[in-house]
Order: sequence, then C-alpha cells, then structure tokens
Amino acid sequence: MDYKNVRTTCIYCGCGCTLNVQVADGEVVGILPCPEHPISRGSLCIKGWNAAEFATHPDRLRVPLIRREGGFEEASWEEALALVAERLGAIRDDSGPDSIGFFTSAKCTNEENYLLQKLARAVIKTNNVDHCARL
Amino acid sequence: MIEAIRARVAEKLKELDGVIGLRRSPEGVAPYLFHTEEELAELVLEPRYPMSSVVRLLQKRHPAARFGVVARGCDVRALVEMAKRNQVDPERLYIIGFTCTAEEAEACHCADPAPNVTGWPQAEVIGTPVAAGSPNPMVAEYAQMPRAERWAFWQQQFKKCIKCYGCRNICPVCFCESCALEDPLWVEPGVMAPPFPMYHMIKAMHMSNRCVACRQCELTCPAHIPLTVLYDLIRQDVENLMGYVPGADLEALPPVPLTLADAPIDLDVE
Ligand code: SF4
Ligand code: SF4
Repeated sequence: MDYKNVRTTCIYCGCGCTLNVQVADGEVVGILPCPEHPISRGSLCIKGWNAAEFATHPDRLRVPLIRREGGFEEASWEEALALVAERLGAIRDDSGPDSIGFFTSAKCTNEENYLLQKLARAVIKTNNVDHCARL
Repeated sequence: MIEAIRARVAEKLKELDGVIGLRRSPEGVAPYLFHTEEELAELVLEPRYPMSSVVRLLQKRHPAARFGVVARGCDVRALVEMAKRNQVDPERLYIIGFTCTAEEAEACHCADPAPNVTGWPQAEVIGTPVAAGSPNPMVAEYAQMPRAERWAFWQQQFKKCIKCYGCRNICPVCFCESCALEDPLWVEPGVMAPPFPMYHMIKAMHMSNRCVACRQCELTCPAHIPLTVLYDLIRQDVENLMGYVPGADLEALPPVPLTLADAPIDLDVE
C-alpha cells in the first residue's frame, strides 16, 4: 500500500515543465503539476496533464521494430543498432555523407540532441542536422 | 505547528494504514502516503495540492484501508463535498486538520481559513484560527460592471484559454469518470479557444453547488484567467438564494439532487 509522486520533466516538448507522476503500488496512476517549479509554476498543458496515459499506453513502443517483408517485426537492441550502423555506413560509402540527414526532437534532452548532432558531424561527417522545434 | 502535527501523525500511524500528507523529498514537495514515524521529518504543509483527490484515489484502490489525512480548511471542505457524493468514505478517514496562517488566508482571499470538521466521524484540528482574508477586490469590481461589459470581460478572458483541462483536473471536488467537457455533444471538439460560453459555463454550473473556494483552478490556469471571480459570484448566489455553503456541513444536502432517487421526477414512466 504505497503512494508517492515521482518528479520528472515532461518529454512532450522543449519547454521542460515539471511533472509529479503519481505512483500507487508501483503503478503510474496520474499526473499532478508542480507549483514549486520555476518554469511551469503549477501549470501544465493538456499533454503534460495526460502524460500518465501515454506512459502506460498499450501502443507505446517498448522494443525496436525492424521492417521486413511482411511489415514490422520486434527485434533486440543489438540487432536493431547493428542494422542501422550497417545501412548508414553503406549509404554513406555509396552515396556520400550528405545523402543522409539527422532529425532530432524536442522530446529528447539537450544531451541526447547534442549526441545526435555529434554522430552526424563526427561519425557520418555531414552537417545535415535539423530539429522538430524549427518546423 | 509542524512539530505538533508530526507528533499527532506519529500517534495516529500506530492505528491507521497510513497518513496522506505532503512530503519534502530531495526532489521537492508532493503528496505522499506516510507509513513510519521516521518519514515524518519530511512532512510539510505547503504548497497546496488537491488532497481530497489523493484520498479518493487511495480509498478506491484500498476499499478496506483506514487512512488519515493532514488537511487545511479548503481540503476539509472538499472532503465534505466528496463524501456527500460517495467519493470519499468518512468512516475510513481520520482528519488531522490544521489552520492556515494569516498570510495564507490573505493570499487566498479565504473566508474560512480553519478546518471545520463538525460532523466528521473522527477528526481533530491543530492550531488557532486566524481571521478571514480580505475578499477578492476583482469580484466587487466585476459586480459593478453593466451586463454588456461583463459579457465582453469574459469573452476577453476565455479567449486566452488553451483548453488544458487543468482547472477541471486540479479541482478537489471534480471527479466524474466521463466528463461533459469531453463530450462532443456539449463541447465541439477541435475548437481553440474552446467554445465560449459552453466549455466554461458547463464547468461553472457543475461547480455551482460544490465549489469550496480553494482557488486551485485559478492558480493552475496557464492563461491566468481569473476563474474564481466567476465561482465566487456563483457561490454567493447559491448561498443567498438557496442557503447552501459547500463544505460547511457534512449533513446539509446540496440544492441539486445527488442521486436520481432524490430527483423530483417520476421514474416509473413507461
Ligand atoms: S475554487 Fe476552483 S478548483 Fe477550487 S473547488 Fe472551486 S472550482 Fe474547484
Ligand atoms: S486551466 Fe485555464 S487554460 Fe486550462 S482549461 Fe481551464 S481556463 Fe482554460
């Protein structure tokens, strides 16, 4: 019989509102806003308020999917990453680094966005980097 | 005050399945279910959260459990209204009430800054009641406006609404599983700002006999819409015309029927 709130940052956009995720007996049961937080100051938008629903939604992807003949199939991270590395390497070698573009997301952290542009620039060697916040 | 409350909670923990209160962890303050005396060093009293909603959630998950709750005046009023609507079971909830400070009462324009636990089966109140805060000056200002100006005022305000549903979600007396505000029959979907007056008037009408003037809706509104001006005036009308003050008395029935059995209609019609 446990109930607590776990404080986290909303992953929906780049604003960075703080969410109190209500957890009862290990289950995510709801969201409360955070009056103490200097950015969101106790307010949320409709997406933040409903974060508990998408966190536990049955359609949420929990494992990588690889597109094969008959559609998407579940795969291990090792297999998925190996495939991505192989294909990106092959496309770069065949068609040049600028034939690849990298799109990052406001739903990721600053650090994750940094890492993706690093991969683009330092490994693939292209400046084709963009971000959904610019759309 | 906080030490006295911690001592009482420690005492009650011996006989209850847990006490709901606010906990300051390294992450910050949020509602929590306390189990042990050791944890009580982290029990705090602010900022405010909708404690009655947490009580409802935990009582529904644990239908036999007996909890306690650390509650201020508006929390108790909300618990009273929730109890009348079968959302909170008073028999399974021990209230440890505490009085707000004069500064808090003023900041909330609170008319009743001490918990009123009359009629609640098991409850106590810690602290000395302070005087009511001064009334919200916006309410008097608004009441002076001619009708056309009032309409324009609300149109202007509700244009800012981003339809976050925050005012509904945070409300400590709002609980319906299916909400008219999400029903396309009442509120046309995909319209931003949400249709005025439907969206806001449905909420206001549903609150008319239960708003406990906690002001949490106004505080959570990202558009800074002065929602409690509307709710304060509706409360005044309900009190003046029907003699009902939400949260004041566990026994008093609200002017709107709570069940179909109370309804003055003939249910046997073919
Ligand atoms: S003041 Fe707002 S949040 Fe509080 S009870 Fe009234 S309608 Fe609900
Ligand atoms: S909290 Fe404010 S912005 Fe959100 S739905 Fe209510 S009135 Fe609109």
